[in-house]
Amino acid sequence: MNAPQNFDRGGRERLVVIGNGMAGCRAVEEILARDPGRYDITIFGAEPRVNYNRIMLSPVLAGEKQFEDIVINPAEWYAGSGITLISGDPVERIDRKMQSVIAASGRVEPYDRLIIATGSDPFIIPVPGKDLPGVVTFRDLDDVNKMLAAADAGGDAVVIGGGLLGLEAAHGLSLRGMKVTVVHLMPTLMERQLDEAAGWLLKEELERRGQTILTGADTEAILERDGHVAGVRLKDGREIPADLVVMAVGIRPSTLLAKAAGIEVERGIVVDDHMVTSDPAILAVGECVQHRGTCYGLVAPLWEMCRALADFLCESPTGYSGSVTSTKLKVSGIDLFSAGDFSGSDGSEDIVMRDAARGIYKRVVVRDNRVIGAVLYGDTGEGSWYFDLLKKGEDISDVREALIFGQAFAMGGALADPNTAVAALSDDAEICGCNGVSKGQVVACIEGGAHSLDAVRSTCKASASCGSCTGLVESLLALTLGSEVKSGPKTMCKCTSFTHDDVRRLILEKQLRAIPQVMQELHWTTPDGCASCRPALNYYLLCAWPGEYEDDQKSRFVNERLHANIQKDGTYSVVPRMWGGLTNPKELRAIADAAEKYGARTVKVTGGQRIDLFGIHKEDLPAIWADLNAAGMVSGHAYGKALRTVKTCVGSEWCRFGTQDSTGLGVKIEHATWGSWMPHKFKIAVSGCPRNCAEATIKDFGVICVDSGYELHVGGNGGIHLRGTDLLCKVETEEQAMEMCGAFIQLYREEAHYLERTAPWIERVGIESLRQRLADVEEVRKLAARFRLSQKYSQHDPWAERAGGKRADLHAHIAQVRPLQMEPAE
Amino acid sequence: MIGKWLDIGPVTQIEPGTARTLPVEGGEEIAVFRTMNGDCYALVNKCPHKQGPLSQGIVHGAVVTCPLHNWNISLMTGEALGDDKGCVPTIPLKMDGGRIFLLREAVLARQAAPQAA
Repeated sequence: MNAPQNFDRGGRERLVVIGNGMAGCRAVEEILARDPGRYDITIFGAEPRVNYNRIMLSPVLAGEKQFEDIVINPAEWYAGSGITLISGDPVERIDRKMQSVIAASGRVEPYDRLIIATGSDPFIIPVPGKDLPGVVTFRDLDDVNKMLAAADAGGDAVVIGGGLLGLEAAHGLSLRGMKVTVVHLMPTLMERQLDEAAGWLLKEELERRGQTILTGADTEAILERDGHVAGVRLKDGREIPADLVVMAVGIRPSTLLAKAAGIEVERGIVVDDHMVTSDPAILAVGECVQHRGTCYGLVAPLWEMCRALADFLCESPTGYSGSVTSTKLKVSGIDLFSAGDFSGSDGSEDIVMRDAARGIYKRVVVRDNRVIGAVLYGDTGEGSWYFDLLKKGEDISDVREALIFGQAFAMGGALADPNTAVAALSDDAEICGCNGVSKGQVVACIEGGAHSLDAVRSTCKASASCGSCTGLVESLLALTLGSEVKSGPKTMCKCTSFTHDDVRRLILEKQLRAIPQVMQELHWTTPDGCASCRPALNYYLLCAWPGEYEDDQKSRFVNERLHANIQKDGTYSVVPRMWGGLTNPKELRAIADAAEKYGARTVKVTGGQRIDLFGIHKEDLPAIWADLNAAGMVSGHAYGKALRTVKTCVGSEWCRFGTQDSTGLGVKIEHATWGSWMPHKFKIAVSGCPRNCAEATIKDFGVICVDSGYELHVGGNGGIHLRGTDLLCKVETEEQAMEMCGAFIQLYREEAHYLERTAPWIERVGIESLRQRLADVEEVRKLAARFRLSQKYSQHDPWAERAGGKRADLHAHIAQVRPLQMEPAE
Repeated sequence: MIGKWLDIGPVTQIEPGTARTLPVEGGEEIAVFRTMNGDCYALVNKCPHKQGPLSQGIVHGAVVTCPLHNWNISLMTGEALGDDKGCVPTIPLKMDGGRIFLLREAVLARQAAPQAA
């Protein structure tokens, strides 16, 4: 090769890459991983931005991710790796004789080696109206932005094409509030990946979600009104109104540049096993190539091609021998997996399992005792195992009977331990589909020092995108490090591999709105959780979707279900609310009457300035509540992971030292905060002067009044581990104190782990970070507003509802057995 | 003639994932459970640990967690699970025509003073 000497480059060969997409950048990453100093690298990108994960555009459209979340390599990566990135200046011509590429701006860049990674172009069906404004494709971020702009205006959208991309676009637009119709030419959705049965389940589910699915529908024309798209007409004459038309019928390799340069092109740019084109100085990789007659439109083959290309360019050629591909649909709440051949050809046999109630369909296709294809709908947990068996062509006769039940079952009842299944995966089994990371790479990365989930995410990128493989990565951490898993943030409980933080994040990201849905989506290993995750999930959902989520009483601990505190003998104690610790003769009389009427064996003043009636039976609770309600009292939530009391001193109204109206402020705060559910119990106190008679410095939120205003303290605890509060800030007015109180509570509600009091929460996250966040006026305003919104739905007295007859089944016996009158009269 | 099985009513009276109580005069209260997948079980309503009312625990799978100290009790066997040791009597139960029936002799077995039949 005639590599001209250039001392600036230290004698390195010049490598130019056309295409700043997933293939181009991945190829460069692979080369840098092998031999970082070998090439002087320039990357041309047509889009004016850094490299991002194109397959994650669907979650961006659906609002589950932001663009920043899907950036693979930020600008610093290019600079740090010595790469020249020329974005927004597309290459127009390759001059093979001069070994140079010429960009639109006229820039000429000479190369010793050239990689073409131009990807593919969306296929536009040649119908009238295809160029109208409002007709878009779904290929890059600009397309997504166009769709988002259209969705903002609302209205009807038609997606032409019911394949992977089309359905993901339809899902996103539907979530954005558009009325979506999918027009698909073939009788089955995703017919290249799904069989009829799975296609039908998918269609039903999408229709249930409000999309209209037209299969066997051939588009004749795109209709126009006032110079903008107005609808779609089908060959059978039907017309569908549309403010937006998304063309997602397929892609074809982008080969124009290569063709114009005289490189051999058929359907794609023809390459050999080392990704070299007909010109030995030029390689090509990704969706633009044709290898052994096949063009690929999925991400997994691209990773394998890049490996082969880098091996070749770094002089240790291995060769690429084609890919077996698998598919997953990125539509939240729909689990779908397919791989290999499931056309039911000669000599193949099907093993099928269905569970209609759960909407599960699994089909594994076997020929000569080898898995040749699999379609899974509803439960795709075993997808990677089937795919692994398929790629390796392993003989499955030993496990055939149990094959359909999954790996753990087939391998001999190791169901209890998810790690066993992961241990059994081969080194090249794919762990992270989004970033193409194999088990071997994750293990190497862990052995290289990444001893936590976050470290793995930032090192090899596994589980850094959609997060659905987090459980697998955690299993690998556990397997690789044994008991030494470092800082492994604790999982929520034994039913899941996710941490509290993960679960809270994914509930929002994936818009999970019910406990069974969370368990289904996050791969719970138990059918309906356990006594520790169920209450936590119930709280997280309640907090995430105020006013919308329906509280699940059976996931509540008994005290919160019966709105009273269970005692050691199975009776309950009842505490009516006394606002700020104030009461009056009428209330006291009603309490005294109730204590007598319902046989309260003990009546005690609590530490929170209220009165507790002990020894009340479950069946009597609605009646005692009715009596207390009648005297104007409501539930004190003394039983709940909720706002308990607001303790006050008498303050400036009576006390000669009082500086402010602490009692009045306490009552106001209690009126604003009562009824709110929290990660754990929450106590407030307001002291009228620094003598602090209300003991505000051992409360979750404490106010100490001073002459010039109000000191706000947080994170105190008088329990097992005594902890004095940290000073959060000082404010001047009652309104500011109230606002900050709401903001602090909401922050705690949104970010603490279930059953974590404010004291350990603050020790975990650090008071300084809270101070900073709550010093931001805008953030305080937003938090307080979210708290008020949530309160709108939580300030109903649960006692009144029960006294009114709601959920009588929780209080009454199912029947009674009296031996002497056991026989019902005939 | 006294039937072998005692009819305690339609299964729909118990929400899946919960339990209801059946007091027995002169005997021990029984907790009747219905799991999330619809199976029903009956146990004496007393945790073997400190006699907590199992009927008020959280039901998950075929297990109830006692509300007092979080012991997990198998609904099928009445045995404490995990490291805890203890067992609560179970009462044979059958379902027929959407109704729950308990074995009479088991329901009455724990009466303090047996009644003449």
